[in-house]
Amino acid sequence: MHLTPDQSVLWHWRFLHLNATILYTWTVMLLLTLVSWLVTRRLDHSDGPRSRWQNGLEVVVETMREQIREICPEGGDTYLPFVGSLFLFIALSNLLDIVPGWHAPTGSLSTTAALAICVGVAVPFFGIRSQGWWEYFRHYLRPTFIVAPFHLLSETTRNLALAVRLFGNMMSGSMIVAVLLAIAPFFFPVVMQVLGLLTGMIQAYIFAILATVYIAAAVQSGAQSRREQERA
Amino acid sequence: MDNVTAIAIVSMAASALCMAIGSVGPAIGEAKAVAQALSSIAQQPDEAGTISRTLFIGLAMIESIAIYCFVISIILIFANPFWNHVAVSK
Repeated sequence: MHLTPDQSVLWHWRFLHLNATILYTWTVMLLLTLVSWLVTRRLDHSDGPRSRWQNGLEVVVETMREQIREICPEGGDTYLPFVGSLFLFIALSNLLDIVPGWHAPTGSLSTTAALAICVGVAVPFFGIRSQGWWEYFRHYLRPTFIVAPFHLLSETTRNLALAVRLFGNMMSGSMIVAVLLAIAPFFFPVVMQVLGLLTGMIQAYIFAILATVYIAAAVQSGAQSRREQERA
Repeated sequence: MDNVTAIAIVSMAASALCMAIGSVGPAIGEAKAVAQALSSIAQQPDEAGTISRTLFIGLAMIESIAIYCFVISIILIFANPFWNHVAVSK
């Protein structure tokens, strides 16, 4: 039994190994890029009726923008490209589980670790961009310099948790289906797979929401302290 | 009892214990969170959107603890690092 799609190597040449994770990641990327490119090629700015595809994409983007704005009302659109891509990538790779033979690339710790590293880079990036180097790194020293290691520890472990949570959920879904196939074939695996689709969507939502919350916390801690200084 | 048997017994028991104890805590936590959220929604139906979003985030946080236990159990059963160690030294 393969724990992760990393272990099924489809093609290798010398030191290059093409495993299922990379292949399916590329497929998801290709699908997302191709569909977005095809739809946004001829955008209709008029008030008349629009094409179905444009309407569909607008609904998706508007919903994501609304969700992000509810968490951080100021400058929510800045994070939309990053958080939205994260959500779309995870959601699509989880939803494509209905395709026979598909191994969700999010069921591999490498993919989820890469996504978590992206979040770990984006948090200081947005934080520094909104309040400058000095202000951003000073929040590690609040309230005193003794807590700096704990700040670092909490930021590391929350990124680790982000990776392991997504990996564990997706991996457990496929594991349960595999185990049930051996015990009670045909019916129960299908039910669990439907449940897996739901879990996949929720996990994609949670990943994106947590990324937004972390970014918003990094951006707003500076804004808050500035407001307090102005008041004082 | 040789080393392989000992490792097998210990890892099976450890993974079962890990799953058993590690799922009780998050289960109680999730139950409390859901109960509180439901009563909050009953009191303030207008805030249902905010409450359920926060609830989802909280549930994911709580659930991840159970997921950690699950990952450790799976590692102990299917990808036990001590198996290879024993197999090599033999």
